[in-house]
Amino acid sequence: MYPSDYRYTKEHEWIKVSGNTGTIGITDYAQHELGDVVFVELPAVGAKITTGDVFGTVESVKAVSEIYAPVSGEVIEANAALSGAPETVNSDPHGAAWLIKIKLANPAEVTSLMGAAAYQAFVSEKEASA
Amino acid sequence: MTSPTTAQLRKTALNAEHRRLKAKMVNFGGWDMPVEYSGIVSEHLATRTAAGLFDVSHMGEIEVFGDDALALVQHVTCNDASKLSIGQAQYSGLMTPQGTFVDDLLVHKISDKHYFLCVNAGTQDQDFEYIRANNHTGAQIENAGARYSQLAIQGPKALGILQALTPVPLESVPYYHFTFGEVDGVDCLIARTGYTGEDGFEIYFVPEHSEKLWNDLMEAGSDVGILPCGLGARNTLRLEASMCLYGHEIDDTTTPYEAGLGWICKPNKGEFLGREALVRQKEKGVERTLVGFEMQDRLIARDACGVCAGGKAIGRVTSGSPAPFLKKNIGMAYVPPEFRAPGTEISVEIRGKQAPARIVPMPFYKRAK
Repeated sequence: MYPSDYRYTKEHEWIKVSGNTGTIGITDYAQHELGDVVFVELPAVGAKITTGDVFGTVESVKAVSEIYAPVSGEVIEANAALSGAPETVNSDPHGAAWLIKIKLANPAEVTSLMGAAAYQAFVSEKEASA
Repeated sequence: MTSPTTAQLRKTALNAEHRRLKAKMVNFGGWDMPVEYSGIVSEHLATRTAAGLFDVSHMGEIEVFGDDALALVQHVTCNDASKLSIGQAQYSGLMTPQGTFVDDLLVHKISDKHYFLCVNAGTQDQDFEYIRANNHTGAQIENAGARYSQLAIQGPKALGILQALTPVPLESVPYYHFTFGEVDGVDCLIARTGYTGEDGFEIYFVPEHSEKLWNDLMEAGSDVGILPCGLGARNTLRLEASMCLYGHEIDDTTTPYEAGLGWICKPNKGEFLGREALVRQKEKGVERTLVGFEMQDRLIARDACGVCAGGKAIGRVTSGSPAPFLKKNIGMAYVPPEFRAPGTEISVEIRGKQAPARIVPMPFYKRAK
């Protein structure tokens, strides 16, 4: 379910690192909790994002969810396709519905995030208590 | 404040069925209720184009009996229940002495000596206490919620689906009327009412038959695309149809005249709680009024967002959401009457930005007859 080469946050974002570039999205658990996604608001290219700060918003019919930066960096691309097809966040959260790509400010920061097994255990615990 | 655990919440007789269907469950006014099954958008569209089945057994029922039944109903509600014929239902308000809402409700006249009130889930116990405290007549009242399950089957295919399970000729039940009869072999009060803006029925029956009725209605509607629907779609459907929701558009600080519900306010019927305050407000005019608006860009207004016009704060959003059938972002808000005209430009504060919106006529959605 959760790709083993991604890292995860407790706020349900994922990041995939390739060299100095990080691709960021929200997890399958997050999209399922939100329900039908109807709107995605993302930062402009060149914006600086800081670990733990809000950088965007994903809205479903019933709820607004702020998206937190898993690590710091500078936005080099925002996923323009989501503007016309926000429902992609529901259908392919770990793939086509990536939100932004950033140039990592400090690549070592990523190692402090959860791996797939730890994240899976984290959400399983949440689901069991629901 | 600690939130109650699931075990402490009240449950309808269909709780296990909702969990079997893997519904997303939420605490709604102290009840463990399904918010969505397949998704709010698909459930909403199924109800507009085919049929939706809703477990609304959390709703409360209060029964009023006796020679003074009408006198008590008339005393605590603002609409004129004396105008009801047997087998007719009426939307009304349970009023404070200030002319504000204790709750909104449906009043069904079963006989001259028996009225059946359907009230909101979260308010049913306080409604009952309020009616009891204000009962200076000989009428008997019963807080009967635990004796009933309620299912709503709504949408253009609802009548055909329900008809397959009942000998009652449903076409002969007019809108806002009801009858008694068997559905699927179960004795039901069958009302042609609803909270979606579609044709449809709400049926009341003893809880032990809930799973049988639910499953047989789902089965009867499977050919035409019936979907089980949760409170999420119930909310977006009623918002598109511009129906008020207690705790949002109406509460104990708002009056029927402010909420655009002057049509349920009958001060000429004689004495009732809140009458004097309502007569005064009708003469003086309201200081704020409920309006509908459409967002002009892609931002979505949400409940409690501030509303501005000309750089000045003028009110607050009571309900805001994407409208899945209309494919617009809509909402309702209270504003001073000078801003009520359709076409008036306003803005809604969303995450610190002023997002443009325009007043539009209500209802947002009206089904083709």
